[in-house]
Amino acid sequence: MTLLKVENLCVDFPTPDGLVAAVHDTSFEINPGETLAIVGESGSGKTVTNLALMGLIPLRTANVTGSAIFESHDGPVDLLEMDRKDLRKHRGRDIAMIFQDPMSSLHPFYTIGDQIIEAHQVHNQVDEKISKAKAIELLEMVGIQGAATRLRSFPHQFSGGMRQRVMIAMALINNPSLLIADEPTTALDVTVQAQIMKLLSDLQREFKMAMILITHDMGVVAGAADRVNVMYAGRIVESAHVKDLYANPLMPYTQGLLASVPRMDRPQTDRLSAIPGQPPSMIALPIGCSFNPRCSRKNEVGASKCESQMPDLTPRGNQHYSRCFIGEGA
Amino acid sequence: MFAYISRRLAVSFLILLAASFAVYVIFAFLPFDPAALTCGKNCNDPGIIEANRSRLGYDLPFFTQYFLFLKGLFVGRTFGEGAAMISCPAPSLGYSFQEHACVTDLIGEALPVTFSLAIGAIVMWLALGIGLGILAARFRGQIVDRLSTIFVLIGTSLPTFLTGLILLVFVVIRWGLIPFPSGNYTPFFENPFEWAQILFLPWLTLAFAYAALYTRFVRSSVIDTSNEDYIRTARAKGLSEGVILGKHTLRAALAPIATMAGLDFAGLLGGAILTESVFNLPGLGRLAISAVTKYDLPIIVATTLLAAFIVVILNLIVDILYAYIDPRVRVA
Repeated sequence: MTLLKVENLCVDFPTPDGLVAAVHDTSFEINPGETLAIVGESGSGKTVTNLALMGLIPLRTANVTGSAIFESHDGPVDLLEMDRKDLRKHRGRDIAMIFQDPMSSLHPFYTIGDQIIEAHQVHNQVDEKISKAKAIELLEMVGIQGAATRLRSFPHQFSGGMRQRVMIAMALINNPSLLIADEPTTALDVTVQAQIMKLLSDLQREFKMAMILITHDMGVVAGAADRVNVMYAGRIVESAHVKDLYANPLMPYTQGLLASVPRMDRPQTDRLSAIPGQPPSMIALPIGCSFNPRCSRKNEVGASKCESQMPDLTPRGNQHYSRCFIGEGA
Repeated sequence: MFAYISRRLAVSFLILLAASFAVYVIFAFLPFDPAALTCGKNCNDPGIIEANRSRLGYDLPFFTQYFLFLKGLFVGRTFGEGAAMISCPAPSLGYSFQEHACVTDLIGEALPVTFSLAIGAIVMWLALGIGLGILAARFRGQIVDRLSTIFVLIGTSLPTFLTGLILLVFVVIRWGLIPFPSGNYTPFFENPFEWAQILFLPWLTLAFAYAALYTRFVRSSVIDTSNEDYIRTARAKGLSEGVILGKHTLRAALAPIATMAGLDFAGLLGGAILTESVFNLPGLGRLAISAVTKYDLPIIVATTLLAAFIVVILNLIVDILYAYIDPRVRVA
């Protein structure tokens, strides 16, 4: 059974300078309990993809098309088709989300107890005492000492890592089947990052929930993901099991991303390799493959082909897909 | 919190002391002879002037005068001796020879008028400004928002004396809906209906100008807050739009309004000079303006000090209130 099946998702933002296709014709699936990582540079469309699924993009600012069939408590629903009011019932209950910056993602004027209890109350018609007990239980689970008294603390009285733990407790209080974690460790110290990632994967096993992990940190992906979607300029350019992707990256962009990760198990060369150039402007995407101006391997298939045609996302065996002319049909 | 408040009170007291000194210096070194001014326009009898000078203590050295003024605030003050003795009980702000009254009494009569004017106006403009600001933010770019922009434009560009006169001409004179302001004032506890009737147009006049400013401010504050990450979190939790707006957005968006409203209220309590003049209300503004034209120095000193006092006190209240609203500024 598939938990979430996204097909042909497009998100276009009309701007005075033209239509910005933030996400273009994106399809993917996620199974219960699975972790799907979505990686890519800033502006590649990874966050917008998930905000669209959650219905968090204001309707009047964007055109969202496609379908996203989600197996909810009440049977399959299309997240993109359904009324926003109905979608609200699934947000925070079936699908929860944690964000990049735990500092700004918690309301500064309310105690964390208020905020966590509120998340439980909105989906459960139970006495506030039950919600409170649940909140304490969750806070203990995410490793917050003295949870009962900490309920009365305000977000500014916590450190960054603790705040992210609070966010996680709040997200998990309704036992969601899917957690969307949007760069959950980006704003944190490295040691805290590792703790949070460990916590997330422990809880994921315990709650048997699927996770969409949005990140640009290839190290985090290697440790946590089952499948990886690499996004570039609004499109998925490569999709594979995590081991396949690291062992055999097919798309030059993925190769560049992996090469740019510092490795402790390899001899130290003098410089980290970097992908030349910058991500394209989403208003004026290059003709042909969006990556072609930065691609170092386009001569292998003939540069003119890459500069005139957009390659399709094609299967390369073992559920490995790549959007590249190199090795196509091989 | 208690330590914070007492510290703030002590600082406030020092500020007021400094303000009183500054006002008194200006008073003492103005190129007028306060004694000469006490006996009217065409008075040039040196005998009366000198008698008044010694009665009012204007012949004493500057610091002695200032000290007597401060002392009067706490224990009251008497001027002259024997049958002609005038006594103004504490808190005495001096004696106005032109009005033949203790300044404290004059202020005591004018303050309730100004207070009534300010309190009604602030209630009106907060209701209007916050309401319209929220609507404009919620329906950004739509018809309500455009109408509010027009309202803001008119409200901010029309001076209060003009708004006041327009209201007088139409509501009172043309349509006769409200009797002409007679210059009398009915206290609330005497006849609340008459009180409101007399003050209604002045409230409207003031509220109109302020509501426009507040509409603009609330609109942008609500829009800014709606873009905060924690509002996205609230939405991701599955809260309804009503709860998101009412509980999450407004609490943060309206916090700065408390500061603004406190200071604007303080400003008005110091005397809404134009509005009081247009509507012939015997408030502090009118008292101050007539004192200025008559060089009635004790009244000028007193009204200035009172305005400073009100600003300092309201600032303190706003800060305490703010600590209640925003836990981040609470002092341990």
